[in-house]
Amino acid sequence: MKIFIQLIMMAWLSFLSLYTYAQVYIPMDDNEILEVLSVSEGERKQLKDLRFEAKTNPDDFQLSLKLARDYVGLGRTHSDPRYYGYAEALLASWLKYQQEQPDALVLRATILQNRHDFQLALTDLKAALKLNPRLPQAWLTLAAIYEVQGDYHSALRSCLALTRFSSSLATTTCINSALSLSGQAQYSYQQLVTAVNDKQNNTEEITWTYTILAELAERLNLVKEADSWYRKAITSDQRNVYALASYADFLLDHNRNDEVIDLLHGETRADTLQLRLTLAEQRLRHKDFEQHAELIKNKIAAAKARGDKVHQGDEARFTLQVIKDPDAALKLATSNWDVQKEPRDTRILLEAALAANKPEAALPVLKFLEQTRLEDARLQPLLKMVKE
Amino acid sequence: MNYLICILFCTWSMLAFAHKPSDSYLSIDIKNNQLSGRWDIALRDLDFAIGLDKNDDGAITWEELRAKTSEIGLYVFSHLQLGVSDKTCSLLPKAMKVDGHTDGTYAVLLFDSDCEVTNSNEITIGYRLFANLDPQHRGLLHLTHNNTNLAAVLVPSQPSRTFNLLSKRSHWLEALDFIDEGIWHIWIGFDHILFLFSLLIPSVMMYQSGRWQAAPNFKSACWDVLKVVTAFTLAHSITLSLAILGLVELPSRWVESCIAASVILAALTNIFPLFRHQRTVLAFTFGLIHGFGFASVLADLGLSSTTKLWGLLGFNLGVEIGQLVLVAGFLPITYKFSRSPLYKPVVLKSCSLAIAGLASLWLLERAFGILVQV
Repeated sequence: MKIFIQLIMMAWLSFLSLYTYAQVYIPMDDNEILEVLSVSEGERKQLKDLRFEAKTNPDDFQLSLKLARDYVGLGRTHSDPRYYGYAEALLASWLKYQQEQPDALVLRATILQNRHDFQLALTDLKAALKLNPRLPQAWLTLAAIYEVQGDYHSALRSCLALTRFSSSLATTTCINSALSLSGQAQYSYQQLVTAVNDKQNNTEEITWTYTILAELAERLNLVKEADSWYRKAITSDQRNVYALASYADFLLDHNRNDEVIDLLHGETRADTLQLRLTLAEQRLRHKDFEQHAELIKNKIAAAKARGDKVHQGDEARFTLQVIKDPDAALKLATSNWDVQKEPRDTRILLEAALAANKPEAALPVLKFLEQTRLEDARLQPLLKMVKE
Repeated sequence: MNYLICILFCTWSMLAFAHKPSDSYLSIDIKNNQLSGRWDIALRDLDFAIGLDKNDDGAITWEELRAKTSEIGLYVFSHLQLGVSDKTCSLLPKAMKVDGHTDGTYAVLLFDSDCEVTNSNEITIGYRLFANLDPQHRGLLHLTHNNTNLAAVLVPSQPSRTFNLLSKRSHWLEALDFIDEGIWHIWIGFDHILFLFSLLIPSVMMYQSGRWQAAPNFKSACWDVLKVVTAFTLAHSITLSLAILGLVELPSRWVESCIAASVILAALTNIFPLFRHQRTVLAFTFGLIHGFGFASVLADLGLSSTTKLWGLLGFNLGVEIGQLVLVAGFLPITYKFSRSPLYKPVVLKSCSLAIAGLASLWLLERAFGILVQV
């Protein structure tokens, strides 16, 4: 009875607080700070100067391209979609009149890929490569998209195209990543280990290779190795959301929840990291769990209001594990899997299908795994249960 | 104590979260054939478009924002076109305020227009805000017209969208909207609920030989509640109808003050022996005043002459439904508690005192315009 009353009171109070907080006002004090811009002073100054320069030299394509690259960089480090938008607008103003700008097309494809708009990104990349086939970034992005889509054959072909004019670590990583997902995990792991120890490499490239190695080790059930590759990946670069998210998943899988909190403490900027932090907090009954779960709910509602479907995979996970609605989670996971088929997308679909007691929903997954011969130790127990 | 934690948590959860994509919130309201609106735009977006941070310190103050009022108005309203049927409306900016949204502070631009809208009109919205700056920006439209709501996502790069206002809705559907409004009003109308609850707190008790005792059984408590609620309902339905049909009119300040006073009186009755056996009479008498309070809300919702009767019926029904649900939740809980020796000192006396105190503040505020900060 007491709990019941508390629930009613809580519902009512939260409702009233919502109602009273949604109020417009005219600030009393001229000096009241309404908004703090998150970009640092140095970055702001640099951006402002470059914007001004680009504006005063409207015919200088290289200047615009540099500004667009800076925007994308800021969007990445701050996990802020607005900067991707600014870059997209800038590129669109050039591509509208001159479609033959391979660099602009490749950069736009990166932005589209970030938004999971894979078809449009592929179109831009193919157009760029037609204009200039010697664009390593274009081939790499092309391979990455094919990989996400589960088309490992096309991914491998893109990587092989790269070998004709580049022999960097990125090329080796590209090839072995595609191979590792299509039945040759053991072989490509060895290849990558040799390559990473052999070559002199720049940090961005090697972070990527470490992450691929870590994920590959995880799929091969080499727990210790995976842990050490992840550690290398997250310490070699300033902040790589993808590597952090994958490592957090690894830690969650091994019930190292405290470490997830240490790793992601204060990470509320990138949605995908916030989800992992919240899952760890849920397991530890951490005091911040309720607040963080509420924030994620707000973000999901906001995305729904504008019709975004970018993070359906993460949303499915949140719905399954925090909201505990397996049917809704299965719907999201299925719709997500239609767009992207990375091992983690496959996994959440299997988990949701099992939780919702609808193993038949996993049939396309079984077929896909059979076709691709994808090896993944984490999927094995789930597959066994689904088949039963 | 738990409740305090609840309140803290609720306000805390309103803290900002960073970095969702750029959205603006455009509310267009058509009432009495007049079109007006409210447009919430993120300060971050305005800063990127026209530069708000004059001293370049990374913080936007109210002074900096205010200094740009006309520039902002010029910029944003040149990117929004509203048309009714074939006529383009002139948008007349009224005032700029601010509002905290979950992802930061927004400028709130209120505007009127010179457009006349009738039921059969089409309204066209051309939305181009930030079209050349951020193609991922969206305008979340909320259009209200005679109690019908419409929501849409406006994409800056797409051509104008047309919304048809032709209402083919049945009277029953219209009444249904007003039922919603009625329930909503009871739900947020703290004063009505507290008045009713003050009268109902003693329903689970009996005043016998000079002292309060727990009611003998649930049935007798129900019977008492039924009498009080019926009296209240009957009374406010009468005055609500009289007011809406334009037969009686009372100044709203007077009505609101009386409502506050009624809450004080009802609560004090539980502490001092004033109208101990006449709670039904009390419910009826002050129910008449509460009816006028409901009427002013309903009038604010904008009733046209054709929807008046259906609106009245629906709204009244909504109020009764909301009230019934609250009472249905309230009664079993208080009945259960009334068996405890704590009920009398804690609920009957202390809660009533607290309610009386709160209502006194309302009375001060409503009758004399004194705002007491609690």
